[in-house]
Amino acid sequence: MSETAEPPITFYRLQGCPFCERVARLLGEYDLDYRSRFVEPMHSDRDVVKRVAGVRTVPVIVDATTGVTMAESENIVGYLETTYGDSDADRPDAAAASAGGGD
Amino acid sequence: MLGFDVVDLGPADHPEPGDSAPAFTRPLVTDEFWEDRSLAALVEEHDGPTVLVFTPMTGSFLAKYVWDELTARDWDERVGQVVGLTASTPYEVTRFLEDNDYPFRFFADPGNEVAESYGIAHDLDGMTGISEPRIAFFAIDAARTVESAWVATDWPEFPDYDHLETDLGLK
Repeated sequence: MSETAEPPITFYRLQGCPFCERVARLLGEYDLDYRSRFVEPMHSDRDVVKRVAGVRTVPVIVDATTGVTMAESENIVGYLETTYGDSDADRPDAAAASAGGGD
Repeated sequence: MLGFDVVDLGPADHPEPGDSAPAFTRPLVTDEFWEDRSLAALVEEHDGPTVLVFTPMTGSFLAKYVWDELTARDWDERVGQVVGLTASTPYEVTRFLEDNDYPFRFFADPGNEVAESYGIAHDLDGMTGISEPRIAFFAIDAARTVESAWVATDWPEFPDYDHLETDLGLK
């Protein structure tokens, strides 16, 4: 029953965070199955992210398929492109991602 | 007995024992994050009944009275799985859990559609456009069948907790 299956990718995100939205766009573009875990705006309230990824910034993704846990949107975008993307594709998102890391 | 007037809400057309509990998916809020979860997945992954507890909005004394009582009665340890549901945003629910140190998880349903689908929505007089659940308890098995139900018919009305615990087999 697909409804109860855990998606392979867990995506820690903050509502409205542009760095997170960039990752969300790419996950959607690659049609990857993921679950979103929303955290709070205050970094001090993000113990779960610290525990999982060692940082208090989002976005963070945990990919059970590859065993990779990664923070910083630039790194995540690069990882998703390398792992799931078509390397020949011309993706404006990839260039935009180098502008910043996370929130 | 009560120092305030009680409004008669009348009977609710809610799921009865033997009925299937209406399915829904809403953000499930813990003290660390929230994520979409379906009731079906939640009850299925748990061995034993899940008690779905509807209360008015966080911030109301009504919600606090219920959750203080359930915390004092150690329902987090004595009942297999207790899950709250109220018409507040995930941010408000997070604050409610933290401020009161409640050991429970809540579905956030600010639009109150879930309470509507359970027949227990209550439109608040003097708060135009705001609807919240009546206080209600549903014990639901792993196949999403209602095993027992208690729904307030007055506002406010609190359950007889000892009676509820008997219904749930805790006594």
